[in-house]
Amino acid sequence: MAAQNTPLLSGGIGFFSATTAGQTTYLPIFEPLLAAPIGPRLLIESRAVLLESFAPNGNGLPGYNHSHFIGLTYLQGDYTLSPHITVVGGSYLIPFNTYNDRLSPIWIGNFQQGPLIANLGTESTGTGTGGMLSGSAISRSKYSLSYNAYFSSRVTNSYFQAKRSTGGRVSLFIPNHGLEVGLSYNRLLQGVQENFYGAHVWWEPVNSGFQLRSEFARGHHAQGYWVETAYRTQAFGGFDSLIGRIEPLFRMQQTFRRDDVVSDGLPPVNTQIADFGLDYNLPHNTRILTSYSREFASTGNYNIWQTGIVYRFLTPAWKGK
Amino acid sequence: MNSQRNLLFFVLLSSSVALAQTATQARPPSTQPDKGHPAVHVEQKHEDAGSRIFQQNCSRCHNTPEGFSPRISGTVVRHMRVRASLSMRDEAELLRFLNP
Repeated sequence: MAAQNTPLLSGGIGFFSATTAGQTTYLPIFEPLLAAPIGPRLLIESRAVLLESFAPNGNGLPGYNHSHFIGLTYLQGDYTLSPHITVVGGSYLIPFNTYNDRLSPIWIGNFQQGPLIANLGTESTGTGTGGMLSGSAISRSKYSLSYNAYFSSRVTNSYFQAKRSTGGRVSLFIPNHGLEVGLSYNRLLQGVQENFYGAHVWWEPVNSGFQLRSEFARGHHAQGYWVETAYRTQAFGGFDSLIGRIEPLFRMQQTFRRDDVVSDGLPPVNTQIADFGLDYNLPHNTRILTSYSREFASTGNYNIWQTGIVYRFLTPAWKGK
Repeated sequence: MNSQRNLLFFVLLSSSVALAQTATQARPPSTQPDKGHPAVHVEQKHEDAGSRIFQQNCSRCHNTPEGFSPRISGTVVRHMRVRASLSMRDEAELLRFLNP
């Protein structure tokens, strides 16, 4: 058994390009993840991001400018207290709706760009620093109920920035129908204290290759939603056939301002984006992501073209005997 | 006489192998347990449960990673326990499925 618990290195290496309103940017990115068990109950896990961004100089100047970023996305310890309770401490991904803690790794997301409402309820950094209880409250063959409850303190150092906040999420999953519904809540406890409410619905009928994922989030100054569908066919030799590896996607998202205070990372005016994607799932954990998006807003409409390739690796942290 | 016996033995052996292969190929990946063999029954049941848990919890968010080392299967499952809020029973079934 001990041999199965070797620390692992996982993550994604990607190269993305995006052309927004005629301006093309390039983004090589590396997102490593470490998971290291210590004894039978404790797991230390962390994810980091290293990227270099190449963007046009702008203002009519020729050439490109580039900048880089290196940072820890999260660093947490997970202690299994009981069959239904895991205690999480450290810097953790805020479990508000589903995108931030479940879909944000580059090797998981279907689209290169996250949804517009990703910042609502996640305190703009996406991470909290403090403690969290999470686990499966009830697990039956016909349904399961999971929960997260957290408290984050205010941290201002550059490595683990977080805001003082509290919140939680509860999700009900019905496996026979592939249906998951959940509710999220977040309360900012510093400065102007604000509430954020979220709801998500996922529907992934068993063995169908179809996915529907959606989220709604409401903050004090803005609200919005996204609905994403994906499909892979088994009709031409299964999911791993040439055709079965193609994954057409569609995502619709809208944001609505409730007032003129733009403090939440959402667009300053009501915005709609329709994303049409076509991913290809290559063998050896490699994905090609492509999409065309059209953004509609009172400030102007424009096209976004995105292409990228991501390789996901998963390996023991050191060589075995 | 000996050669006839050898021939009969060879024919019987060949037939058994051919029958066994045909039976294996013809059998669908059924979840029906083999009632005559309790050990097979239990093993099949665990595999089915593990496969179901994998599909319902891991594949819901991401593609199945191809060919990772059995040395990290326990770590993968413990990581998934936190990420997917698995119960301890589901964690055990998943570990058995990944590392039969």
